This record gives sequence, C-alpha cells and structure tokens, in this order.
Amino acid sequence: MDFSRINNKNKNTGKDIVTFNKKKFRFSDWFAEKVIKAVAFLSIAVVILIFIFVFREAFPIFKMDKKTSASTVTLVQESYGGSGTENSTVKKADNQVNNSNIINATDEKPSATLLSNTWMPVSDKPRFGLWPLFLGTLKVTLIALLFAAPISIMAAIYTAMFAKPRVREIIKPVIELLAGFPSVVIGFFALMVMATVFQNIFGYASRLNAFVGGIAMGLAAIPIIYTLTEDALTAVPKTFIEASLGLGASRRQTAFYVVLPAAVPGIFAAVVLGLGRIFGETMIALMATGNAAMISMNPFDSVRTLSATIGAEMAEVVFGDTHYNVLFLIGSLLFIFTFALNAVAEFYFKNLVIRRYQSKK
Amino acid sequence: MNNIKVKVKDLSLRYGTNLALKNITMDIPEKMVTAFIGPSGCGKSTFLRTLNRMNDLIDNVTIEGEVYIDNINIYDKNIDVVNLRKKVGMIFQKSNPFAKSVYENIAFGPRINGISQKSVLDEIVERSLKQAAIWDEVKDRLFNSALSLSGGQQQRICIARSLAVNPDIILMDEPASALDPISTAKIEELIHELKQDYTIIIVTHNMQQAARTSDLTALFYMGDLVEMNKTEIIFSNPAKKQTEDYISGRFG
Repeated sequence: MDFSRINNKNKNTGKDIVTFNKKKFRFSDWFAEKVIKAVAFLSIAVVILIFIFVFREAFPIFKMDKKTSASTVTLVQESYGGSGTENSTVKKADNQVNNSNIINATDEKPSATLLSNTWMPVSDKPRFGLWPLFLGTLKVTLIALLFAAPISIMAAIYTAMFAKPRVREIIKPVIELLAGFPSVVIGFFALMVMATVFQNIFGYASRLNAFVGGIAMGLAAIPIIYTLTEDALTAVPKTFIEASLGLGASRRQTAFYVVLPAAVPGIFAAVVLGLGRIFGETMIALMATGNAAMISMNPFDSVRTLSATIGAEMAEVVFGDTHYNVLFLIGSLLFIFTFALNAVAEFYFKNLVIRRYQSKK
Repeated sequence: MNNIKVKVKDLSLRYGTNLALKNITMDIPEKMVTAFIGPSGCGKSTFLRTLNRMNDLIDNVTIEGEVYIDNINIYDKNIDVVNLRKKVGMIFQKSNPFAKSVYENIAFGPRINGISQKSVLDEIVERSLKQAAIWDEVKDRLFNSALSLSGGQQQRICIARSLAVNPDIILMDEPASALDPISTAKIEELIHELKQDYTIIIVTHNMQQAARTSDLTALFYMGDLVEMNKTEIIFSNPAKKQTEDYISGRFG
C-alpha cells in the first residue's frame, strides 16, 4: 500500500488516521465506472442504430406505388461511363419518366413480386422473387451443416473424452486457429481447388454449385461448432464421469451415455451458432456457389444465397431504387434470422445447461 | 477375523515426482468395515482410489507395488479395469447422481451391463433402493430428477446405484462429510447393514465416525501407514505414540 498519500498519523500510536464518517469522492473510480458504462451502452446503441437504418431502408418496398416502382436500372446502367454532366442527368430523368409510363401499363407492383419465383432485379420488367434466394440459402446451409456438425461434434467428443492430453493440446488449438481463417481464402480454395476436384469425382455439370459452397462454408463453421461443443463436453462435471467409470462403465459408454446427454443443450447451442455463421457467410457463397438464382432441389445446381445477393449487387444498385430497398429487405431478414438464432442459443440452451447441473437445494 | 479380501503389498504412488504413498502394506478382511483416518493430504483418499484404479484417470501418476483382490493383482497388465470397477464400487465425497430420474440413476449400471428387460430393471431398482434404505422415501417419485432430492438422499441414491451392479467391495470416500448429522446417522446405519454382504472401506475425517462404524481402523500420515488395528484397540490402546496423539487431538 502506498502510505505516502496518507500524511495524517496519530501522534501517540503512529497509526494512520482513517476517517469514514464522510463519503469521499474518488475521481478515478467514478471516471472508470462512467466510461465503461458509456462504452457498454454505446455498443448497444450502435447495434440498434444499424438495425433501425437497415429497416428504414427496407421499408419503402411495402408502401411503394406504381409510379415510383418502375425499373430505372437498365437506363442507369447505360449511363455508366457516360459524361456525367448535368445535361445527361436531365436527359436520363426524362427517359425514366417516359420509360416508367410504358412499363407501368403492364407491370405489377414490385413488392408483389417478392413472393414470385424469379429473381431478376436488372431487367425492363424487374422481378424480386425471394424464393430462389431462400431456397439457395437453405440448400447451402443444410449441406454445410450436414457436413460440419457431425465432423466437429465427433472431433470434440474425441478431444474431450478420448484423446491423450498431449494429443488434445495439439488438436484443439489447431482447429481453433481455423476460426481465424479469412473466409475469402476458404472461398478462393473452394473456387480453385475443391470445385475441380468435386467435379471430377461427381461429374456434375456446373462447376460452382451449392455442394461446393456448402462444403466450403462447412469448413468455416467447423471451428465454431467444435470449440463450443468441446466446451460443452468439458463443462460436464467430472463427478459424473467418475461416477460412471466407478460403476464399471467403459470410456465409450461414459462418453455416449453420460457426458453426451448431459452436454446436449450446449451442443445444440454450438450448432445453432454455427448455423448463424453459415447463414451470414457472404464471401464463400459469392465465390463458390455459382450465384445463379434458380429454383431447384438438386444440390449440384448453382445457387444464389441471400447474403451473396447483397454482396454482389449492393455496389451496383441505384440509391433509393426498388432494387436497393429489396436488398435492404434481404439484409433485415438476415438480421432477424441470425438474431433469432443467437437469441435461441443464448437464452434457451444456455439456461438449459445451467438448470441441468445445478441441483435444487 | 474374516478372510482377507484385499491384500496390499509395498504400494507406492507418485504424482509426478511427489511421493504420495510410501510402501503401504495392509490386509483388509472380507465383510467388515475398514476405516482410513488421518489429516488432510495424508494420502488416505489416494490410497482408496488405488483399490479400484480410479487414479488411472489422473495424468502423471506412477504406481509401484501390488494390490491383490481375491488373490488377483489388479495392477497386472491383463486386468480389465472396467470389470474391476464393477466388482469394486465407489461412493464419492460429493454425492454425484446423474441429472436423470432416480430410476434411471439406479438402472444405469445394469443397463451398461446389457440388461434391458423392464421387469428385471424394475426389480433391481427396487432391491437396490431397499438395500440403501431409501426405498420408502423415493418410491413415489422414482421418475423425478435425482437432483431434486436432499443431499443425504442423493448420497444414498449413489450408494443404491453402486449396489445395483453387485459389487463385492464398496469404497466410500468421506461419504458423509457434506451431510447434516441426521443424514450422517442414516448413512452410518446403512454402512452397518451393508457389511453383512459387502466389504466396506471408508475414508473419513471424522474420528468418531470411524469409531462408530468400523471394525478396523488405519491411520495414515504423510503418505505412510502409521498403524492399523482393530478399531477398539486403536482408540483405546494404540501401539504408537503418533496414533495416540492424533486420536486425542494433539495434531491433525
């Protein structure tokens, strides 16, 4: 303790005089508390603001009337590389008006096309059918999950229950390092190597498809699912394991009949969080899935996922256009889904884990 | 004196380089209660865990010497540890029922041994719970979580669970140290009942408990077996000064 700051000493006893009858203002304590509080609330505020922004940009799609709904995308695209002078803008605006009048005579409201089966945002008659994108996302996610979940869960069971400490000390960090792998690198690998190899093996038509993309995204999700599953398994109280072994259960029986059932909620949470990662994964989807928005149940057809759609089209869309709004709508949907998934993992499964191990007293 | 059930010869155990048990030699008779007493860290629990090879789970443990159970050296290379632990059951200091129903807790042991017939399982569950003197308390809530029971009840569930696999020997590692006096009395009563059929080895901090429950008592100190004899003799007329000091509370 730093006594130099306390000068008052009792002359008789030599002890420091410490008074507690008056509250003392400690600036550094106050400052630290307030700053930490501010930072915490700031991060929440940022998330909420992003949420609001995305929704606000998506919202017009639902109240848009026919007049403003016409596609201007083709025209605008033509203006790329143009002079960009005031003159041409005016001209373009004129064109837009004329064009929209013609189209509107036959076209339906763009928001009404949201549930159609075609995603064709850039055309004279744009259609914003989200089904192919949903289906594509679902397909890729399912493939990725079917690939990643069993592998990572089995790997976790191995390292948590069977591996010798030295083996575990190697395997665990190596798999966890994979989590830091930039997804663009995984995407690149999928695009250049995996796509060719799989095509040679399975002999399908389109090189980039849901299967290749799904496997690549599975690779990205493995570290997350593995780490959280491993944590869930090692969090099972040691006393359970001792009890089981003490009853003459083998290691395998202990792992599968005692530890695994006790860790099920945690493993579910791991899978759900992995699902969130796969769901929002953009770069791998963009690079490895072929990006063709079509409705097909064949896993070897190209697909376009929701997130890849935003990634591919946002840079080229006209600000304030229907297409722009639809992309934000997709963004909001992604946001809601991943939010819901995380919430389920966080609140439901984690509570389940806690309730399981705490005996009522 | 009954037949010798467990024969330990020159057993030494190291955690890494730390010598935790030094040349322990002892005989434990069948169908009697043998108590290990001694201060914390004296090696009594460690020694108990060598008797069903629970120490195998800990890294860095090296064991020398021999432990014979029914004249078979359990540290032989060909020993099946899984089946050994079926014969030598264990009750832990902290009651550790699985997060399952009472019924499932008891049925776990028979199930892993391949018994799946409902009527057989029912019978084993009832018999084990009756043996552990807890049947009357839980018969109406067999399918409630075992964790909803009180600490003393949980410990008796654990005893019932180990009885369900028909062990010969039951090792108890301070089974009542976390329990209130009434639950402790019930456990001690139970130990008294069980010694008709089982060889019981109990580790305890509590010297009165050792005096009340056991037929033989062994005092451990710093990894050494100080003295082992009939409980009456240990507590009334010990051969060594160290034993007398310990039981009269002068150290430990």
